[in-house]
Amino acid sequence: MREVHAMLAIAHRDLLKFLRDRPRLITTLVFPFVIIAALGGSLDAAFGSSLGYNFIAFTMTGVFAQTLFQSSAMGVVSLIEDRQNDFSQEIFVSPISRYSIIFGKIAGESLVSLAQGVGILLFGFVLGIRPTPEQALLLVPVAVASCLFGGAFGIAVLGTVATQRAATQIFPFVMLPQYFLAGVFNPIDAMPPAMDVISHLTPMRYPVDLTRWAFYGGRPEYERVVLDSPLLNLSVMAVLFVLFLLIGTYLFVRAERNR
Amino acid sequence: MGVGALGQPIVEVADLTKRYKGAEANAVDGISFEVAAGELFVLLGPNGAGKTTTISILTTTLAPTAGTVRIAGYDVVAEASAVRRNVGIIFQKPSLDLNLTAEENVRFHAVLYGLYPFRPSYRLMPRSYRQQVEELADVLALRKEIFDPIRTYSGGMRRKLEIIRSLIHRPRVLFLDEPTVGLDPESRRNLWQYLRGVRAESGTTVFLTTHYLDEAEDADRICVINRGTIVALGSPAALRAELTRQHLEVDADDRLALRAELDRLGLPYEDGPPLRIELDGKRTHAVLRSIETPLTTVRIHAPSLEDAYLAIVGRSLDA
Repeated sequence: MREVHAMLAIAHRDLLKFLRDRPRLITTLVFPFVIIAALGGSLDAAFGSSLGYNFIAFTMTGVFAQTLFQSSAMGVVSLIEDRQNDFSQEIFVSPISRYSIIFGKIAGESLVSLAQGVGILLFGFVLGIRPTPEQALLLVPVAVASCLFGGAFGIAVLGTVATQRAATQIFPFVMLPQYFLAGVFNPIDAMPPAMDVISHLTPMRYPVDLTRWAFYGGRPEYERVVLDSPLLNLSVMAVLFVLFLLIGTYLFVRAERNR
Repeated sequence: MGVGALGQPIVEVADLTKRYKGAEANAVDGISFEVAAGELFVLLGPNGAGKTTTISILTTTLAPTAGTVRIAGYDVVAEASAVRRNVGIIFQKPSLDLNLTAEENVRFHAVLYGLYPFRPSYRLMPRSYRQQVEELADVLALRKEIFDPIRTYSGGMRRKLEIIRSLIHRPRVLFLDEPTVGLDPESRRNLWQYLRGVRAESGTTVFLTTHYLDEAEDADRICVINRGTIVALGSPAALRAELTRQHLEVDADDRLALRAELDRLGLPYEDGPPLRIELDGKRTHAVLRSIETPLTTVRIHAPSLEDAYLAIVGRSLDA
């Protein structure tokens, strides 16, 4: 019970930190808008008619999943930043399990990401991209799964880098290619076989496709937009989640003490 | 008597060694010592001597390369969690969350140590917690500011808050790693006064690292380390006595007669002026009484702890 309370305290702190950091609040909310409006809008104007579906909606669902995944991952990587600011020392010398620290961190960063996700959905609402009540209901567990999955991915990154500097340098390299391989803005249903294999190895692909499954269910574009069955997506996410978490936590805790 | 009862060792360090990855020398090189319950123990040494490495191992944030450490009877490697429950730590760099208020920082700590259940706001916390916070606020004279962000606090206030926070789970040993670095003299003095009060009231064992000598003068025992090894260990008075000797400085108008008399009395001296007589444990009064030549100058030179410290550190640098 005590470990649960500790996890809640860590998660709560992350949410408070996010809500009190005005510049971060504004940029995290504005950035996806810019991407959706500018990129989605221009791509829609160029290819929308030939593809036969609304490109802004396609981009929005992609960015929704990507934001949840990436923001949770980045948030978890901030454990290193905390360590350098020496706040995490306070957490690491407390008598709670290292797993509780990491679960609490993932939970907290997931809450932060979900707040951003709500912002993106509201923005879509303004643009006329509105999920039906059933779709909206489905999006909730999908969003939560995407965040947790991103958090676990963050732990895997965290376990393999030593410093904040290394993390900020490595992060674009592990994130940017995923945008394109996961099909955040670009359709990936007709890629060459080699690229298709790499795309299947891209963690971000699965939450993106799962989100589109929830959003496009019952819509005429469904067949052309959604790639895999939700069961496949969820299974891959579940297996990778456990792997990332175990390996990442093991490496991180070991690196923490064996300096 | 249980482990850590008054006078029993509460910190036991045996042959502790730490070599950082890729380093060519040991940061801590086979040190051994014990700290008795209730003691104020000071680990003193120049920058880079291995103080922070030692304290990090003792507080479970760093794994030792070799040797054993037991705190309150628990092994720091095998029983890290039990050790953590029994110690409070003030880090060299402040470990408060600047995004939170003072009360939120305290609450975070209290929940992490399992003292209270998690509640998302102060009002929802148990009455006993709120009472404790009110008392803490009184101690700090911060009735209103306790709900202000830490950002608005001075360095001295932050340090005090950290000490208060580290004591709410009633640790058996309080570790402080150079707690006054970066504080102005007045804040330093305030903090020390406060720490003395805490010790008088709670009887907590205090383990402190510092490179300020005046902060070591208050200690029950001082352990001087340099380049990862212990170069001296004992009470401030013992260290002073052991490491530097008192001497007497005398002079007379008839310096020739004085020299002759000292030779006759068998008192070794260094020529001056003034003449320097090594006391070597002899009583000052007895020495003076034995001299009949009228003296014009009499001075007792008692070296400070600083002299002793510089002598030790200098000596081990030469070695």
